[in-house]
Amino acid sequence: MATEFTFPDNAAKTAEAKRRPEPVEGLAAKPEFTTEKMSLSMGPSHPSTHGVLRLQMELDGEILTKADPVVGYLHRGDEKIAENMTYNQFVPYTDRLDYLAPLANNMAYAIAVERLAKLDIPPRLQAIRVLTAEMARVSSHLMGLGAFGIDVGAWTVFMYTFEEREKLYKLFEELTGARLTTSYSRIGGVARDLPEGWLGRVNAFCDQFLPILDEVLSLLTRNKIFMDRTVDVGVISKADALSYGLTGPNLRGSGVPLDLRKDKPYSGYEQYEFDVPVGTKGDCYDRYLVRGEEMKQSVRIIKQVIAKFPGGEWYAKDARRIFAPPKDKVLTSMEELINNFMIVTAGPQMPAGEVYFEAENPKGILGFYVVSKGGGVPWRLKIRSPSFCNLSILPKVCVGLLISDVVAILGSLDFVMGECDR
Amino acid sequence: MAIVPLERKPLTLAERSYLPGIVGGLKTTLKHLFQPNVTMEYPEQRPALPPGYRGAPTLVKDPHGREKCVSCQLCEFVCPPKAIRITPGEIPADAPTAHVEKAPKEFEIDMLRCIYCGLCQEVCPEEAIWLQNQFSLTGYTREEMVHNKQRLYELGGTLPDPHLKWDKKLAAEVAGGASH
Repeated sequence: MATEFTFPDNAAKTAEAKRRPEPVEGLAAKPEFTTEKMSLSMGPSHPSTHGVLRLQMELDGEILTKADPVVGYLHRGDEKIAENMTYNQFVPYTDRLDYLAPLANNMAYAIAVERLAKLDIPPRLQAIRVLTAEMARVSSHLMGLGAFGIDVGAWTVFMYTFEEREKLYKLFEELTGARLTTSYSRIGGVARDLPEGWLGRVNAFCDQFLPILDEVLSLLTRNKIFMDRTVDVGVISKADALSYGLTGPNLRGSGVPLDLRKDKPYSGYEQYEFDVPVGTKGDCYDRYLVRGEEMKQSVRIIKQVIAKFPGGEWYAKDARRIFAPPKDKVLTSMEELINNFMIVTAGPQMPAGEVYFEAENPKGILGFYVVSKGGGVPWRLKIRSPSFCNLSILPKVCVGLLISDVVAILGSLDFVMGECDR
Repeated sequence: MAIVPLERKPLTLAERSYLPGIVGGLKTTLKHLFQPNVTMEYPEQRPALPPGYRGAPTLVKDPHGREKCVSCQLCEFVCPPKAIRITPGEIPADAPTAHVEKAPKEFEIDMLRCIYCGLCQEVCPEEAIWLQNQFSLTGYTREEMVHNKQRLYELGGTLPDPHLKWDKKLAAEVAGGASH
């Protein structure tokens, strides 16, 4: 993504055109229609750029000749921040990457550090994580779908998906104590066990959700107005999708069946049965179809997790020793109290080494590369964010289309700037 | 389990006339028109908060009215956005809780920095700092949004304490006659 972009000097060009000699009379003066390219900034605060993305466009009439995404308006330096705090302290920062699916981010980060610390994860913890990650996927896709609907002029869809998302947020609130910034994972565990009867409520949500989802999708799937805006718009070929590093529903929309939950299962995903939907053409409509189908598959996974929810520990035993002693012991036992002080002030004692872990997040593959030189803080933490890579295809896919098509493409790519700029 | 290519059937002639899309959409909207409201008149109606909700951090007292914080500064240490500032102080020797030895002289939480993550509550060895139900805090000035000790206790109130470990310590000291 090149950031050097020269504005065509419109004023100078106009002046030059005026200076041009009048055509000599008598000569067959061809009526010359001079056009100029116009440059236009879309964003950083534009409703259809979904956050603070600026799209520097060069227009020939209404046709785009160049599109240049300018990112970084939301840069906070999360990777550097991570070097200055202990592993558990960074969990709230992972909420703020893809803030539409914080539970999935929490989980990806925790698993990365757990692999570095070589912890054994109990099955109940794995199940909790799969459950929350899939719920996060549903809520993220609901938001993505609703926003896509608004972008192409379908307000109603947004209203209905938001209502469902609200129900999920109520469940998140009950589980984690917060709706958006969940901070649910801890290294080797979760902040708290599931509340009483919560699984039943999740199950009830799933049961009522499927018919509503079908109703919402029926508003768009065979709607000619929606199809006019999306079919054959923003076609990303298989080869392009792969070479630009697209992941998630955007890649699968182009027909590449890459899903880490199947290809490199983590956290016990191999136990659950689900399909990987792939598109055939790679246009905006395919990406919409993939998201719709993925929600149904997520619900399928959630139901399976609940059906065979394992009992036992929800915190890895070794993690208690390294990262956080159990609270009831801290309150009553002197040794654990001292241990608690040591862990918080000096940081957990981690082995030296490096680990790269990537998880299939709602937006695509979220990777954490953690380098430790031992001690309480990571020496380097690199975040591979799916939204950043997904955006890189914009200059390629937008050229030759209309501005209104760009709006549809931005909606169909479903990115989050909090994660793109991190 | 499989890879499922999504099928795209061509639209029928009727569907291409835009009419089924429009009529179907109107039908769905009409159906929802007669369903109960899902919104809430916010300042008058308040949402029910689940137990364990992470609202604003507060300081609490134990059932005897003793301030629980012993100013160990662990929350100050763990706070990711560095919102907490504590000045430790001594409890005077003639006070009834002199055996606790320390209490905060000043305790400030900058609510403009606080991210409600709950790590302070998680590490607190005295269960003195609790995230409770306040979720909409407003003020006219920045100073107002820095909660001092008095304000934190006002918000916190008293919570039950299953351990009462300082009472046990005092009882043990009295029984054993040990000074330390």
